[in-house]
Amino acid sequence: MSTTGERVLIKGNEAICRGAVDAGCQCFFGYPITPQNDIPEYMSKVLPSLGRAFVQAESEVAAANMLLGAAACGVRAMTSSSSPGISLKQEAISYMAGTELPAVIVNISRGGPGLGDIGPSQGDYFQAVKGGGHGDYRQLVLAPGTVQEAYDLIRKAFDLAFAYRNPVMVLGDAIIGQMMEPVTLGSATTPTNVDQDLGWNLQGKGQRHPRLLKSLHLTDGALAGHNIRLRDKYESMERDVLFDNFLVDDAELIVVAFGSIGRIAKSTIRALRASGKKVGLHRPISLFPFPSQELDRLAASGKRFLTIEHNLGQMVEDVRLAIRKHADSDFYGHLPGNLPTPEDFEQPILAALGVRT
Amino acid sequence: MSGYQDVIVAGFGGQGVMLIGTLLAYAAMEDGQNVTYLPVYGPEMRGGTANCTVVVSREDIGSPIIRLPKSLIAMNRPSLDKFQPRVKDGGTVVINSSLVDMDLADNDRLRTVGVPANEIADSLGNTKMANMVAIGAYVQLTSVVPLEVIKASLRKVISPNYAKMIPANEKAIHAGADAVRG
Repeated sequence: MSTTGERVLIKGNEAICRGAVDAGCQCFFGYPITPQNDIPEYMSKVLPSLGRAFVQAESEVAAANMLLGAAACGVRAMTSSSSPGISLKQEAISYMAGTELPAVIVNISRGGPGLGDIGPSQGDYFQAVKGGGHGDYRQLVLAPGTVQEAYDLIRKAFDLAFAYRNPVMVLGDAIIGQMMEPVTLGSATTPTNVDQDLGWNLQGKGQRHPRLLKSLHLTDGALAGHNIRLRDKYESMERDVLFDNFLVDDAELIVVAFGSIGRIAKSTIRALRASGKKVGLHRPISLFPFPSQELDRLAASGKRFLTIEHNLGQMVEDVRLAIRKHADSDFYGHLPGNLPTPEDFEQPILAALGVRT
Repeated sequence: MSGYQDVIVAGFGGQGVMLIGTLLAYAAMEDGQNVTYLPVYGPEMRGGTANCTVVVSREDIGSPIIRLPKSLIAMNRPSLDKFQPRVKDGGTVVINSSLVDMDLADNDRLRTVGVPANEIADSLGNTKMANMVAIGAYVQLTSVVPLEVIKASLRKVISPNYAKMIPANEKAIHAGADAVRG
């Protein structure tokens, strides 16, 4: 565990591990895939040494269902994978959403479709934000843009998972996972005692009434009532929305970009500001809940928008919905397979500004 | 962008380019600056060329990926061929002249500095320290961090099993700095 306030130079993948350990994560279930392999590697060394559980499962499907089991016991548990592996976990995520289980899933996404490559991509936005499994559900999705945020947001993910009894995904990419940056570590949380009664978890019945955790509701009206309650819960997540605004106040054009693309766009914006272009950046940090209210506010004040993503155009749909009363958003998609650089975003931003070059 | 520096460090796998990139990143953190270190990973690490990008700034850092760097440390010929054309006008290029013909240096556009890193390291007793000679030269030329902080950071990036190598590596860093001191 970490010393509070210590500053360390670590990869994003290691920051996720140290954040999870400091958040009191007791169980990790995983299966190897690049570019997230540093996560199970670190957890396999550290968790057993702390008396906690690391399991390399026989498959991603098994890992996700082990997570479901641990979450049902009320302990802090997580799994991690990368895009194709996350696809395999979707069934269990849907069941956890339906059963209202607190679980943390990390996706250090890679290029796709299919096996794609091992480079960065934002092609999993829809899968993460719209519910990649079957049925009608939402999971909280947090997208770090720095290694410090990777550490902070995985800790927050555990808190939110238990506050809402809901799966939470941390969505990064190969840039966030593989890059090293200084991180200031926080204090370590003591793991929950497995015998602790949270009012819903399965920890041995003893003298109390039996409990049943399930996602199947066959009696008349039961599923309808369940779904109304879930909807109200999803709507209440709005209060945990997170975003970062950079130079938006006097901006004519606001670039909307998340994760590593957000920080790369920041470099472009700084360079364009130096030549007098009034450009700002809105970086959603929580992708669900989406910062729709803030975008609506910015749109109402007359801003124009350009959404930049490392995909064919996914988050741009949520941006357009958010600003639809006042504005529309242009889109620039840098396609996975190419590493994006600040220079790549210059022409799209100038075009959106209406500057002829 | 006060105090902003970025550099691509490139060479053969085994020349220790990732190690000096990490050393620079550590030193920048110890110096109280912001820093990003991005390795090229995957198939390229096995056999072929290796490179990493380090960005150091007093401001918070945007992109950790740099297409047009301000500086380059080229430990071998393929690295110079690949990255020299991308270095920004007036940028600094440290070239390992033990392995690279200095006629290839683009002196018109860039500040190119040849350092016979292998020979210098050899004269100190171990060719493998050529990477340390090169980082010493780069730090002396750019003042990105104090040389003393680079040396002090060796302890952070060299595993305790090799701690006995640290004094020799400090000497190599110094020799690199001396080689380019005006």
